[in-house]
Amino acid sequence: MKPILEVKNMTMDFGGLRAIDSLDITINQGEIIALIGPNGAGKTTFFNCITGIYTPTSGDIHISPPHGEPQRINGLKPNVITKKGLARTFQNIRLFTSMTVLENVMIGCHAVTKAGVLGAIFRGPATKAEESRIVEKSYSILEKMGLARYVNDLAVNLPYGAQRRLEIARAMATDPFLLLLDEPAAGMNPQETRALDELILRLRDREGVAILLIEHDMKLVMSLSEKIYVVDYGKKIGEGTPEEIRNNPAVIKAYLGEEIDA
Amino acid sequence: MDLEYFFQLFLGGLTRGSIYALIALGYTMVYGIIQLINFAHGEIYMIGAFTGLIVSSVLTMVGMPIPAVVILAAMAAIIYSCSYGYTMEKIAYKPLRKAPRLSALISAIGMSLFLQNYVLLAQTSDFLPFPSLIPDFDFWEPYAHIITSPELVIIMTTVVVMILLTFLIKFTKIGKAMRATSQDKMMAALLGINVDKVISVTFIVGSATAAIGGILIASHIGQINFYMGFIAGIKAFVAAVLGGIGSIPGAVLGALVLGWTESFFAGYISSDYEDVFAFLFLVLILIFRPSGILGRSETQKV
Repeated sequence: MKPILEVKNMTMDFGGLRAIDSLDITINQGEIIALIGPNGAGKTTFFNCITGIYTPTSGDIHISPPHGEPQRINGLKPNVITKKGLARTFQNIRLFTSMTVLENVMIGCHAVTKAGVLGAIFRGPATKAEESRIVEKSYSILEKMGLARYVNDLAVNLPYGAQRRLEIARAMATDPFLLLLDEPAAGMNPQETRALDELILRLRDREGVAILLIEHDMKLVMSLSEKIYVVDYGKKIGEGTPEEIRNNPAVIKAYLGEEIDA
Repeated sequence: MDLEYFFQLFLGGLTRGSIYALIALGYTMVYGIIQLINFAHGEIYMIGAFTGLIVSSVLTMVGMPIPAVVILAAMAAIIYSCSYGYTMEKIAYKPLRKAPRLSALISAIGMSLFLQNYVLLAQTSDFLPFPSLIPDFDFWEPYAHIITSPELVIIMTTVVVMILLTFLIKFTKIGKAMRATSQDKMMAALLGINVDKVISVTFIVGSATAAIGGILIASHIGQINFYMGFIAGIKAFVAAVLGGIGSIPGAVLGALVLGWTESFFAGYISSDYEDVFAFLFLVLILIFRPSGILGRSETQKV
């Protein structure tokens, strides 16, 4: 299998605080990987480093897109990294609430289109053709995500589970090869979580994106992921299959505390 | 009550309001995107008026027909003001984007003073006569006692600009990017939107409408000087706050309300106090509706 994201020896300091401590993570094409760890372990910071919100203090982030040149992406701006094929969602819902569902997805599509400002103002035939292509693409994404009936609703009026799915739909609109999901199941009821489980598998199998997810719902993590990375205090304390992680003493210690010898 | 007088005041207020609206748009759009009160915005409008004067004087001297002069002068003013707006953002605001908001505000005030004094030195401190670019149309003669043709042109131009702007923001790619950026800059960037470019475009669009306003009012009033941007800027700022700063329909509504308030108070009570009434009205609105007429009160999620 071909690695599409390789993070090597990455460290992120905030003043005196070391939020991420020489972390190594590799993701191969078509994998579903989970990143778990106690609160404050540095999981979201890791996402922020990869997507360009923070520039890591040291270390390397390499991507090898399936249809592109391998390259180092440390310190690139978020919008540039998105265009290279990394998309993400946040822990809390960050939809553009005063826009319609369709517009939210269209904004994601715009990332990978060409028309510039002048084209938008003067609306040449090329711009118009592109616009209608974008609308079509957005519709088809919404259909795949089961959101087609909300197309013209304001994003803010959607039920919670649908808002979560819309966030993923919007991220998918940027044509990523790797999708980073930050606690996608947060606040979902068991039924919605099951639907999410299926959705993530479908994205991988049909759209061919690799998925890296941060998640606290262990049932979801264990059933979905092929490989799990466990971090605590910014350090990797374990990696392996769900089975290996379940029996890893360091992981159990981080989550449950040390066993007292009787 | 004298109905015709009422209509005169109504239309006079509408004209004034239209001008305020053209300037207020720039304030409210910039605020909507980067939460900055761009105090140098009035100066952009003043620079637009000066450019219009210089270009139209030159073109009139070489004997161009009036309609061509108007269009070329307006275009020159728009391009010149836009380049000032663009440059201003790059040198005075962009480096301060991560700084506390107060720093950018002080930078804006500095920019405003700088541009005023720059025009004062480069041009003159005197009032300069501005040619009346909009002629009195013959066909409008029967109605000219209610509203003059230049006033009519001002209102029509404003309506056209508003329609174009609404179209730009609602339906184009850059418009969607602007709305997305104003709601959540980080999320916008993560969806591939170049936030720096969106901010530049916002400044350019705001400067363009201000330049149009500058030309129209200069031609209407008939004189300009380097200080004209200050009071107009303050009034437009008031209009933007009245309507709810950050909201584009709000800025237009606020501008019209302000224009009518001034016009009616001046017409029925005393023209000496029109500014007093305008600002009194602002105080009342802010007491009873602090977020403005169309502004959303910010509910913070905990």
